[in-house]
Amino acid sequence: MTLQLTDEEREIAAGSQGEGAAMAMRIVVEAARLLGAARLIPIKSAHIDGALYHGDSGTLLAERLVRGGARVAVRSTLNVGALDLTGCSQIRLPDQQRGMARRMMSAYAELGCEASWTCAPYQAGHRPEFGTDVAWGESNAVVFCNSVLGARTNRYGDFLDIACAISARAPETGLHLPANRIPAVNVDFSALDREFLASDVAWPVLGSLYGRLVGDAIGIITGVETDPGEDDLKAFGAAAASSGAVGLFHIDGITPEARNGEAGWQTSEIIAVSPEMVADARSRLSTAIRPDRIDAVAIGSPHLSIEEFRRLERALAGRKLSVPLYACTGRHALHWLEESRRRKALEALGVVIVADTCVVVTPIMRELAGGVLMTNSGKFAHYAPGNTGYDVLYASLEECVESAVSGRPTLNGIHHGH
Amino acid sequence: MAIEIGEVLVSGKDGSADALVLSLPISFWGGIDPTSGTVIDPRHPDHRASIAGKVLFLPGTIGSSSASAVLMELVHAGKAPAAIVLHEPDAILLVGLICAREMAWQTPPAFKLNRERHLQFASRRVSFDSDGRIAAL
Repeated sequence: MTLQLTDEEREIAAGSQGEGAAMAMRIVVEAARLLGAARLIPIKSAHIDGALYHGDSGTLLAERLVRGGARVAVRSTLNVGALDLTGCSQIRLPDQQRGMARRMMSAYAELGCEASWTCAPYQAGHRPEFGTDVAWGESNAVVFCNSVLGARTNRYGDFLDIACAISARAPETGLHLPANRIPAVNVDFSALDREFLASDVAWPVLGSLYGRLVGDAIGIITGVETDPGEDDLKAFGAAAASSGAVGLFHIDGITPEARNGEAGWQTSEIIAVSPEMVADARSRLSTAIRPDRIDAVAIGSPHLSIEEFRRLERALAGRKLSVPLYACTGRHALHWLEESRRRKALEALGVVIVADTCVVVTPIMRELAGGVLMTNSGKFAHYAPGNTGYDVLYASLEECVESAVSGRPTLNGIHHGH
Repeated sequence: MAIEIGEVLVSGKDGSADALVLSLPISFWGGIDPTSGTVIDPRHPDHRASIAGKVLFLPGTIGSSSASAVLMELVHAGKAPAAIVLHEPDAILLVGLICAREMAWQTPPAFKLNRERHLQFASRRVSFDSDGRIAAL
């Protein structure tokens, strides 16, 4: 398919609206060509993952856009940065990198993006309407936006996200096209215990398994009778997007595009998920082998919601922790924590609130050879070994809290899917 | 002798380098160290291998939307592969090359070649050119 551009798009790419807008349009156009798109389409909003410092190159690119006079043309929230600008947590970045990370975050603000700094923008007031086209980055935000909100986005990688936000356009391809949102695979959960499906420990495990089973195919999950709720869907999607290239899932009768038993959806493949597969997926989330101690707990990937902080509080029940528990969140929840005086109370128990960023994208936890990190997040479990050097032990929120109190892995050991 | 014609996805300079054929898909973010080009995912079979300066054969890519940032950083740091051969065009990853080119940094080419044809290049020195020719030397 050959890409057809409008005269206006060609003129912008040639510099009619300044060099920043031109560069953004050229990036969108080149990506559209690679993707085999026939044309560009207008978008309503963007979520920008590109402001996380991975090295100086990203800062230089953002500053080039600023110097070129570029501004975002649609509502654009920002994903996490490499710094905690709220001052809640200490980031162990060397001065040079800290300076470049700060410059990068400033550049994105100058481009007109909102200082949301969260990987859960959908719980911070950015919820695109059903059926609208948007350009979102950050794999968990993308899968939530498509699956739970029913808006339409592809997985926009770093820099294509900001380029789309500036151009207010995206390549017409992939999940923007209704035909590509129809499931090809039926993943059946009906053999799984209902009590297990109702527990929070289930969804990151199921997400991780689902991602490995379907890869980049669109799947519909059947056999789930009760809506697990937004936080569990968030955890499921994040884990699925970590283990596979999942950008959209449907749950029969629950997610918006599958709520009415969509007529004509015929899947060619059925995968029946057994309790044994779930037990195997759960064991794969841990890399630590029978550790006799833990060194830290991390929760909040994706960022904790207010409801998840309430659950943390209930599990803590006022007890002091013997190892740090890092609770990663965004300003939307931090504001509530401060207003309700919960932040100081949690910190007094040994909880380290991390805002604007998280423990796997920037160095926060102390460097510790052979360190063991406990987490209830499938996404943390997936990325912590590579990014932090810690081995991980996956468990429920309650088990994480019990273990942080005792300093030793405390597993109830009953959640194995049957 | 192994010669294949791949589709040129992103153009770059002709050259030759040692091949690194990955046996499983990888996530660039969390899987590759952006400062050195080393595979850091301990679950990946090619853990500790370096992609820097290699002709990198990728059977697939997974996970993070920050793959482009890691690849652009590798280009800027001089630790990028000499060329990238992909089973399928991955726009998220290749945007890293497109942006690096916008910044006028020297970018490696990227080609599309079916993954079944990757293995013949394992442990070989491989040349590549702007017509998409990929050949074991």
